[in-house]
Amino acid sequence: MTRTTAVRPPRSRGGRTAHPFLRYALRRVLTSLLLVVGVTLVTFVLTNLVPGDPVAAALGQRAAEDPAIVAQFRATYGLDQPLVVQYFTYLGNLLHGDLGVSTTTHNPVVDDLAKALPATLEIALGAIVLSVIIGVVLGTIAAYRRGKASDHVLRVVSLAGLSVPTFWLALVLYYVFYFQLHIAPGSGRLSSDFSTPPHVTGLYTVDALLAGQLDTFLDAASHLFLPVLVLTLYTVGLLTRFVRTAVLEILDQDYVRAARAKGLPTRTVIWSYVLRGASIPILTVVGLAFGSLLSGTVLVEAIFAWPGIGSYAYQAASHLDLPGIMGVGLLIGVMYLLVNLIVDLLYGVLDPRVRLAS
Amino acid sequence: MSEPRSPRADPRDGAPAGPRDGVQAGMLDPIEAAAPRWRRPRLRLGRWSAPLGILGAAVAVFWILIALLAPVIAPHDPLAQDLPILQAPGEGTLMGTDALGRDVFSRVLWGAQVTIPLALLLVVLSVLIGAVVGSVAGFFGRAVDEVAMRVTDLVMAFPTVILAMVIAAALGASLVNAVLAALIVSWPSYARLTRGLVLGLRSSNYVVSGQLLGFSAVRSLGRDIAPNIVGPVLVLASLDIGTAILLLSGLSFLGLGAKPPTAEWGSMVSDAIKNFDAWWIGVFPGLAILTVVIAFNFVGDALRDALDPKSATIKGGGTTL
Repeated sequence: MTRTTAVRPPRSRGGRTAHPFLRYALRRVLTSLLLVVGVTLVTFVLTNLVPGDPVAAALGQRAAEDPAIVAQFRATYGLDQPLVVQYFTYLGNLLHGDLGVSTTTHNPVVDDLAKALPATLEIALGAIVLSVIIGVVLGTIAAYRRGKASDHVLRVVSLAGLSVPTFWLALVLYYVFYFQLHIAPGSGRLSSDFSTPPHVTGLYTVDALLAGQLDTFLDAASHLFLPVLVLTLYTVGLLTRFVRTAVLEILDQDYVRAARAKGLPTRTVIWSYVLRGASIPILTVVGLAFGSLLSGTVLVEAIFAWPGIGSYAYQAASHLDLPGIMGVGLLIGVMYLLVNLIVDLLYGVLDPRVRLAS
Repeated sequence: MSEPRSPRADPRDGAPAGPRDGVQAGMLDPIEAAAPRWRRPRLRLGRWSAPLGILGAAVAVFWILIALLAPVIAPHDPLAQDLPILQAPGEGTLMGTDALGRDVFSRVLWGAQVTIPLALLLVVLSVLIGAVVGSVAGFFGRAVDEVAMRVTDLVMAFPTVILAMVIAAALGASLVNAVLAALIVSWPSYARLTRGLVLGLRSSNYVVSGQLLGFSAVRSLGRDIAPNIVGPVLVLASLDIGTAILLLSGLSFLGLGAKPPTAEWGSMVSDAIKNFDAWWIGVFPGLAILTVVIAFNFVGDALRDALDPKSATIKGGGTTL
């Protein structure tokens, strides 16, 4: 250790190298792009190499017995080409926004997804904001009161949150709050006596506010309540436990002990020292939680008849509509990568060590 | 639901500080260079006997018994459609009947026989595959490591449920395919964990000296390294049983697992969507999933407290030196 200090780290020749953060960002973007290619490879392999002859499925039994028709079909759809060529055709189609045609709705999958995406984004964004706030608060409380009653209670609550089957919780809440108590509005994004606000973002609450329609906003928000609640409960357990661990680790650090020892108010210690130090692990978990949220929407939306990606996936899955399912997988896979890319870039902003290392 | 995993930063990834710190601390100390003897982790009574772990174990055993005894204790044939349809609980049956006149109570009991063994099988297989791939990758490094880790990256680039859904759909809807799909998405976390642990131990003095004595790779991995990675892998596995149950029942809920007549909890909840006012159809199977999963999670959590290598070294290190 002492010897290596004599060796200077190689210095960049002035001006030639890019800003370290840019280099870091560029590397992350490239890795993510590679993973996107990987994701398309997965969906390609699954659609093309899986048991079940696409020719027979598309043509039907009688036509599939006629070799001439089969050969023509294979030529038309490029199925006689080598797999590598087929993959590049597939990639080319993807780049043109061609995800195939859904066998349930008979629409191009890309149109279906575009229509469904804002609905899902609306509940996913609501749930991620809520669960980050609740999870950080609860996790910090649990860490501060380690070993005390409130820590144990929070441990049980978060474990329970992780153990609830979301699709079931959605069903129960819907039954209780809608069927029994009549507090929550029925299914869908708006009550039938409201018309869709003018399309700007596709998020009904935002669009209604932009159009100045306060009653539409309130109605859309009340429809959001239950789906967002279910998804929030689902991710809060995850977040609380991770935040607790992260905060516990930081609480052990000398600089926090010093801050407390010099008598800084607890609030200052938490905000400026502990949570700042824990921000990187917390960010990681938010990225992870987003993935679980996207999975959650697939299992939850069908119950609330929420016309988003989740309901679409449920419908496609129950009809074994392969193009539809692959489209959902591709979209969610890419969204998840994008969120994690953003998280990675934020690391670099928050922690100079990350962008300067290597 | 299963935890999603990030392609880049899995918090479970990498070598826990435990055994590795112990060996690295005394680089040249001959005593430290000897293999850290595998001490059976002392199950610290204070934590382990925490009511949660015990309660969880009791409930898990209860459900396993139900799975074994379902044919004996179920009052009706779970598939027979011979009761009045949509009967509320209490009117002749304990948990009511579904839209086809089947006894919900009997179906919940039989459901234990479907989900619990499959989830256990899934976890065991994931551990085996993941541990083998991870050890080989961590021990031999280079190309093997590179390939294995890029594959795990790819799997972890998707949220778990979504990838499982896509694979299950492509393979065709059946319970076996659902397990297969779940297996494909589950093994990488074990491979990552094992690789990290093996990587940490590979260069430790006791393993290196074994190699200098001419031990084969199998001997080093199996006798020297394996005992020191069992703990963390076991903790991850125990916490994964609940996840496996949620994943399998979730796939069945989507219609990608158990086929309709089968009494499977996830598909029973899915039946309830068509009959919202008959709450009992969905509530009871869901409660079954919830109680089983929470039980296994409590056990896993207690196990982690008891076996956590991190807290173990803090305690052990202080007393032995």
